[in-house]
Amino acid sequence: MISLFYEILNTIRQNKMRTFLTGFAVAWGIFMLIVLLGSGNGLKNGFSSNFGNRLMNVVQVSSWRTQIPYAGFQTGRRISLDDRDIKMTSDEYGNYINFVIGNINLGSKTISNGAEYLSSSMSGVSPNRIIVDGAKIEQGNGRFINDLDIREKRKTVVISQRAKEILFDDQPAVGKTVNVDGIIYTVVGVYYLENRQDVTTSYIPISTAKIIYNRGINLSNFAFTLNENIYDKETNDEFMNNYRKRIAQMHQVSPEDDNAIWYWNRFEDYLQMATVSKYINIAVWIIGIFTLFSGIVGVSNIMLITVRERTREFGIRKSIGASPLSILKLVIVESIFITTIFGYIGLVCGVGVTEFASQFFEPAAAGRDSFNAFLNPTVDMNVAVQATLLLIIAGTVAGFFPALKAVKIKTIEALNNK
Amino acid sequence: MPAIINLKNINKTYCNGAPLHVLKGIDLEIQKGEFVSIMGASGSGKSTLLNILGILDNYDTGEYHLNDVLIKNLSETRAAYFRNKLIGFVFQSFNLISFKNAMENVALPLYYQKTGRKTRNKTALEYLDKLGLKEWAYHMPNELSGGQKQRVAIARALISKPQIILADEPTGALDSKTSAEVLDVLKKVNETGMTMIIVTHESGVANQTNKIIRLKDGIIESTEDNSQHNFSSFGTQNLK
Repeated sequence: MISLFYEILNTIRQNKMRTFLTGFAVAWGIFMLIVLLGSGNGLKNGFSSNFGNRLMNVVQVSSWRTQIPYAGFQTGRRISLDDRDIKMTSDEYGNYINFVIGNINLGSKTISNGAEYLSSSMSGVSPNRIIVDGAKIEQGNGRFINDLDIREKRKTVVISQRAKEILFDDQPAVGKTVNVDGIIYTVVGVYYLENRQDVTTSYIPISTAKIIYNRGINLSNFAFTLNENIYDKETNDEFMNNYRKRIAQMHQVSPEDDNAIWYWNRFEDYLQMATVSKYINIAVWIIGIFTLFSGIVGVSNIMLITVRERTREFGIRKSIGASPLSILKLVIVESIFITTIFGYIGLVCGVGVTEFASQFFEPAAAGRDSFNAFLNPTVDMNVAVQATLLLIIAGTVAGFFPALKAVKIKTIEALNNK
Repeated sequence: MPAIINLKNINKTYCNGAPLHVLKGIDLEIQKGEFVSIMGASGSGKSTLLNILGILDNYDTGEYHLNDVLIKNLSETRAAYFRNKLIGFVFQSFNLISFKNAMENVALPLYYQKTGRKTRNKTALEYLDKLGLKEWAYHMPNELSGGQKQRVAIARALISKPQIILADEPTGALDSKTSAEVLDVLKKVNETGMTMIIVTHESGVANQTNKIIRLKDGIIESTEDNSQHNFSSFGTQNLK
């Protein structure tokens, strides 16, 4: 085996240009495959980062004015969601949902602590809101609104990290009070959202919001999470059609009226994203494989020419005792050798480029509340290993047919080949 | 003395379009240590005969025993094995591998005997030394003269210690002076007891050998003893 490698190294050293061209085709193929896969992953990661930590199975229901006349009503009628919708949803659709939460938008409020103040939007919410939004509360930063707050209609508030920095600087905020347009609230928690560090919305218990701001049973919107009975587009569509009709019936609006009551179904978005990801993945692999394939065809072609060029040499080798198998080995191992070495170079370059790009895209993604089209465009170890294996197989295939050709030529014919 | 080469009624027909009967029943016996030349005009079948002797080509009917082994319908692998073990080739066009230096070319048969690299290079250097080419061991073939190339080729033929040396027009590409040198080398090799068969159309070359086999139209026309080296191009019979 070592002798075989000496033989091959000897050949390669004497045919530097040919070896380089062959190798370049392979290196380029694998490089492109890695870069493409990395880009595909970048796109996918970019997509999913925009969803942050929010739950993917949430349906949010909001209302506005009708724009289709229905049941004798004119258009432009203001529709208002209320607690009865929540009750109906949990009573009638309990098989499909985990929980329902109502939300009251209180608009912009001025929150102050001594001389420090900020203007922030405020919402009356239920405890489960933290799950739906994917907000996080660090250890030692208190808690979110809880059931006791709701039951006792406490004047508690959960503020954002950003609001805490403005109002309390680096002092602890939990347990302190803040003044919200003349009403004193106790801060019970400080939350943050990943990738959205400039959010300032504050949360108070929904029951408190109802009495203090005199909202009665009306809600700004409500949301519920789908359970495992809704798992694909079909089940989702069926559920949504049914639910739409039911809500429309409750408020006496046309089920087709998207302006009166509208839905934001994150699960639908998620399904779409999953589909897009899948297609990106398929496209990237197809393009990548074909790029690599053209590299392999290149190697095979060059090996064929090589075999043609070396026919006489093979004839000489055979005349002094080279068996067909040894000629086969000579060509195939050379092919594998070239594809593996140059493939590896391509692999390293490809991974290098994706890692560099990853560094390059990182700052844009950090901190800002921005849309990421591209994030972390790298490939994992698994793909790199697969690509390497693919290369070695490719090298064997690329070498096999030319080698077979080399073996089939008769010794005398090969010797007379000028 | 046992016959190292024994041909019985060898026939060979090429079938490229119209069938061409090249060898029409060759009977030939060559003893160990003989120095034989095969002569004949082009188309007489002498190259075909040499190819069959060298197991580079197969024959249709008859029997060919080399060193008491029947050489017939061998697989490529088996043929390669016998070529490597029993036969040394010297070609008109030298057939050295252009990207290997003289030593590596000489060592190549040992590579196919699975000899280690160090041993084969050492042995190759010994053989090059015997042929007076020690200083040229690391030169590439294109840096050598025709005579030197042929001596490298002879060293390569000898390194595997074969039973016979087959030389196909070994001086065909050389000038008269180098031809004489190369023939001298072949003669000396024969004197060590090596069976040597030279195919040639040059009477001067044939005259150096001890036995001349004349081929004409695929049959052996005559076999002449030439141990006195008084060969004339018209055949020795004519002198009597």
